Amino acid sequence: MILLIVLTVILVAGLICLVRAVRGPSTPDRVVALDTLSSLMIAALVVLGVHYQAEIFLDVALIYALLAFIGTLAVSKYLEGKDVGM
Amino acid sequence: MDLAGYILLIIGAVCSLIGAVGLIRLPDVYNRLHASTVAVVGGAVVVIGGAGLLNGADTFLLKSAIIAFFIFFTTPTGSHAIARAAYIRGPGLSSETVRDDIADRDIRNLPECGIDDNLKEVEDLLEE
Repeated sequence: MILLIVLTVILVAGLICLVRAVRGPSTPDRVVALDTLSSLMIAALVVLGVHYQAEIFLDVALIYALLAFIGTLAVSKYLEGKDVGM
Repeated sequence: MDLAGYILLIIGAVCSLIGAVGLIRLPDVYNRLHASTVAVVGGAVVVIGGAGLLNGADTFLLKSAIIAFFIFFTTPTGSHAIARAAYIRGPGLSSETVRDDIADRDIRNLPECGIDDNLKEVEDLLEE
């Protein structure tokens, strides 16, 4: 029961982040909001994995954390006007 | 073990809600980064730790600990990169800002920052 309540609260927080990502006046605002949103979704995935007793959710969360980190770094380097170095 | 897990879950949920509200309410990018860090470190990492404690299996705890440590160590890196990009290309500081320590450093027009440039900057700062 507590797991589902915590999941709902995390999803509401993610929805608020989404509002900032849509409204945010500048691009860095949107990047910050999407970074926060991805971390909250990772937490939601782990809570779901505990609720369903399925470890596959944790593997998905780990890969999602990696990809979100790389995406944030790439977008901020692009905003700086530098080569991303790929 | 279960009680500790539930307590961590509730703390994390409250912190992520506080961070999200701060993301809406605060005035500029740098303040929003502060709120975002509350939501990620106080919210997501604590929730993942609590969820790992709740489950009985060892591999569950190990995997969630790995995810929590990964987020804990990569979020400052990403936040630093975003803040630097926002300062270089972004909309500028809020009008209520009282102090900007790197305003005279002119980091917007720095060439490609190699190690030599950084060393030179450090030496200049030391001479001052």
